[in-house]
Amino acid sequence: MFVNDKKIESQLGWYLIFVCWLIAMSALFGSLFFSEIMGLKPCVLCWWQRIFIYPLAILFLVSLLPQLNNQANGVDRSVVRYTLPLAVIGLGFALYHYLVYSGFIPEDLQPCSEELSCAEVNLELMGFITIPMLSIFSYSAIIALLLIFRKKV
Amino acid sequence: MKKNLLVIAAAILFIVAFIVSTTIYNQQKTEEKSTASAGKAEYLQRDYSPRIGPDDAKVTIVEFFDPACGTCSAFYPLVKQIMADHPGKVSLVLRYLPLHQNSDIIVSIFEAARLQDRYWQTLEHAYKTRDYWIEHHVAKPEKFWKLLDTLDLDMEKLYQDLQSDEIARRVKQDVSDAQVLEVRKTPGFFVNGKPLVQFGYKQLQQLVASEVTANN
Repeated sequence: MFVNDKKIESQLGWYLIFVCWLIAMSALFGSLFFSEIMGLKPCVLCWWQRIFIYPLAILFLVSLLPQLNNQANGVDRSVVRYTLPLAVIGLGFALYHYLVYSGFIPEDLQPCSEELSCAEVNLELMGFITIPMLSIFSYSAIIALLLIFRKKV
Repeated sequence: MKKNLLVIAAAILFIVAFIVSTTIYNQQKTEEKSTASAGKAEYLQRDYSPRIGPDDAKVTIVEFFDPACGTCSAFYPLVKQIMADHPGKVSLVLRYLPLHQNSDIIVSIFEAARLQDRYWQTLEHAYKTRDYWIEHHVAKPEKFWKLLDTLDLDMEKLYQDLQSDEIARRVKQDVSDAQVLEVRKTPGFFVNGKPLVQFGYKQLQQLVASEVTANN
């Protein structure tokens, strides 16, 4: 019984991290599409958010791969230790960016170059989804999943 | 094992989705760009625009350029090469889009030199000496001015002509035409009025070649 429970938990853990990886990969490819294909230049704050989400795509992937010393079916539990700090810092930048974007923080206080304003709204998907919103969503979802993982697995 | 497959499948899916959306996006952009410049022929060239190549050429390349732009400089010999590849069939019209700071003064110097019949020499000289009169992406007209002594120009006349309203008007007109034609980067090319949508030397070569075949 005990063994069985553990197995189910390790399955759940793997899928939690897999979803985290999917979110990080969507953020990676999505942001590259915006900048490289659509030609929307990333502002300074966008770069800070990229810095903290790009490594997540790699870290999650590595933790999902079968390990030599571990059970082949599981996920590396220590992944939470390394990815959670990145996600939390990234969320901080995303929230700050959202405040600049929506005008709560005045433009002259934000650390952007004059040519590329972080407050300028570049894109609105379906009329209301902006890039900082996508960023906040990705980071929060990853953090939530990691917290569930830490508690349950 | 099943999980590995899931990871690999997801990774492939991401890449495929990226490629597919890129293709769709580019196709849409191509259509948009072609329609943006359609019916705006009068904005493409003005009677004052500098032109080189045979008068009866059936293919005309219009290039919006900025002398301080590195890619414009790199493209200048390439455009010349394209013209040489189709002797007597292609002409080039230059328009100004001075996006760099102070670049508008540099192009005004070209126009002033034009009054002394030294237009193309001055332009080529500017490209050749780019490293000496551009600092941190800002054009330094006073430095370029000092480099002009090899060109056998009447410097006093050049200085006076530089202040002329007509030259300022032309530069302004070019910039506003670029806006109408939605040219936002330099160099911006049109071949017989068709915009170069995907930027690149090969693409420009192909566009010119197809216009040459279509018109001869």
